[in-house]
Amino acid sequence: MPNEAQTMSLKEAVLSAMFEEMEADERVIMMGEDIGAAGGVFKQTDGLFERFGAARIIDTPISESAIFGLAVGAAMTGSRPIVEIMFGDFITLVMDQLVNQAAKVHYMSAGGYAVPLVLRTGIGVGGNLGPQHSQSLHAWLAHIPGLKVVMPASAADAKGLMKAAVRDNNPVIFAEDRMTYNLLGPVPAGEHLVPLGQAVIKRPGRDLSLIAISRMVHTALAAAETLAARGIDAEVVDLRCLAPLDMETVLTSARKTGRALVLDGAHLSFGITGEIAASIGEAAFDYLDAPVMRLAAPDHPVPYSPALEQLSVPDVDQVIAKVDAMLGLAA
Amino acid sequence: MVTIRAFEDQVRQFHRAGLAPGLVHLYSGQEAVAVGACGALQPADVIASHHRGHGHCIAKGGKLDQLFAEILGRASEYGLGRGGSMHIYDPANGNLGTNGIVGGGVPLATGAALSAKLKGDESIAVCFFGDGVLNQGILFEAMNMAALWALPVLYICENNGYGEFTEIDDVTAGRPYTRRGEAFGIASEKIDGMDVAQVYAAVSAAAEKARSGGGPTFLICDTYRYSGHHVGDAEEYKDDAERQLWLERDPILKIAALLGSHDAAAITTEVEAEVKAAAGRAKAVPMPAAADGGGGVYAQ
Repeated sequence: MPNEAQTMSLKEAVLSAMFEEMEADERVIMMGEDIGAAGGVFKQTDGLFERFGAARIIDTPISESAIFGLAVGAAMTGSRPIVEIMFGDFITLVMDQLVNQAAKVHYMSAGGYAVPLVLRTGIGVGGNLGPQHSQSLHAWLAHIPGLKVVMPASAADAKGLMKAAVRDNNPVIFAEDRMTYNLLGPVPAGEHLVPLGQAVIKRPGRDLSLIAISRMVHTALAAAETLAARGIDAEVVDLRCLAPLDMETVLTSARKTGRALVLDGAHLSFGITGEIAASIGEAAFDYLDAPVMRLAAPDHPVPYSPALEQLSVPDVDQVIAKVDAMLGLAA
Repeated sequence: MVTIRAFEDQVRQFHRAGLAPGLVHLYSGQEAVAVGACGALQPADVIASHHRGHGHCIAKGGKLDQLFAEILGRASEYGLGRGGSMHIYDPANGNLGTNGIVGGGVPLATGAALSAKLKGDESIAVCFFGDGVLNQGILFEAMNMAALWALPVLYICENNGYGEFTEIDDVTAGRPYTRRGEAFGIASEKIDGMDVAQVYAAVSAAAEKARSGGGPTFLICDTYRYSGHHVGDAEEYKDDAERQLWLERDPILKIAALLGSHDAAAITTEVEAEVKAAAGRAKAVPMPAAADGGGGVYAQ
């Protein structure tokens, strides 16, 4: 029987997932800065401390490398930590423990040890936080075998993906774009799991495929509405996870429409758009009516000034300009 | 200790014969630290080791033939030849692994101590690391949390005098180095790492304290590596007089003097035969299949 849905924000949906998983499994703990009595700097852990106490909701010093490193050791010995790294930019401080230890332990120990943990972090541009608090480094992480990378776009997916991430026996990066925190949507109550590694068609269409993840899904959907008014029928694919990556759904869409534009909120060069475009080219070339195109953030740091910041995020107008070029409609 | 010495002699032979690929870092000379410390632990206790880690693997109960096989790049039980000498994990014996990153094991052991505290099972964690880690920031981040939360973890620094080719005193400020632990309110002590009885006594006391909620201890064991940083290191940075001084303090000779030459010789003969047999079995372990290289990246 389907669970009754409640309307809640993406942030509340993630919180409900963590709450339910901590209720269900006492091995699940949380570690991070200001996540306890303060409830998180964005109130993203509000209420957990009151319910589960200081032993399981662990307020840490500002020592990202050790926070995450301890979590890896705890995960190898029976705990299932959710680690909060407040800003995605700070992942740079946990790289040894993440890349050299967590990602490789299961492989190097021939399955003797697993590292079941979630690294939750907020990413993306917005709020004039400047170049060290606005990055989206997911392409770095998806490049590392052994890590899983999850980036929800909707509240319902955020809940289902977080629950699946907590139950997964691998290190999972759960990256939420802070600009999606307050997006509202229907969320099933209780047990609701979204398997890691399954993309979803958010909007079916015939004429071209817009392939996106996280916040860019909403940009793609908004662009699709504008295009629809002009008689262009765009399909929107929400990847939901970068690792594992569901290329089958992407390829099926690209083969159907014959045109694909890949979107990303991170920098263009050496990013996920190039990876996905190349994979489409390799596997679906014969079906394509136009080169696969890419739209991503420009290759400069995200600037602080209100006059500049939003210029470093791909927007609806840029999507439409790319689509027009692909369809030969460019002015 | 004799087992570790014979094991490392065999590894050196394997390497020189071209059978052990890559880099191997021998533990010869430092045996009293691993043996004294692991001898003071319970089976449920966990350890984290480092790049010079064969001694810890053996002292914590590892299988000699499988250890050799992993070092030879064969399909061992420990890692299918995926990791080699610097990446040997032994969950059955609570060994969180040797480690290729200087200081990499420090937070792992501290995190295991956090798990132990949450479970309330009275197990403890021991982290072995070299003197080079005295200058890695992760040590201080982890010590801060261990002290703050009274975690049952022992930090055991094996000061063999050299970080790779550089004398530790040339690159390390703030003597005595025990002050690094004291800064966090952690009981810190320098002991003779060439004396297995002294290591055993110090670790036993620290372990008991950790088990009863008394928090972490930092031990600096002064010791010496008889060979280079790795097999093949010409050791131009060491002089013979220094080497001779340390050889006279050899931990195995010290015990042998207590046992008497007859008993000591009998043990050596028996152990060397056991190690040789294990080396023979290791050579019979097959090389990994091509599919082993791409398998096991993710847990189910």
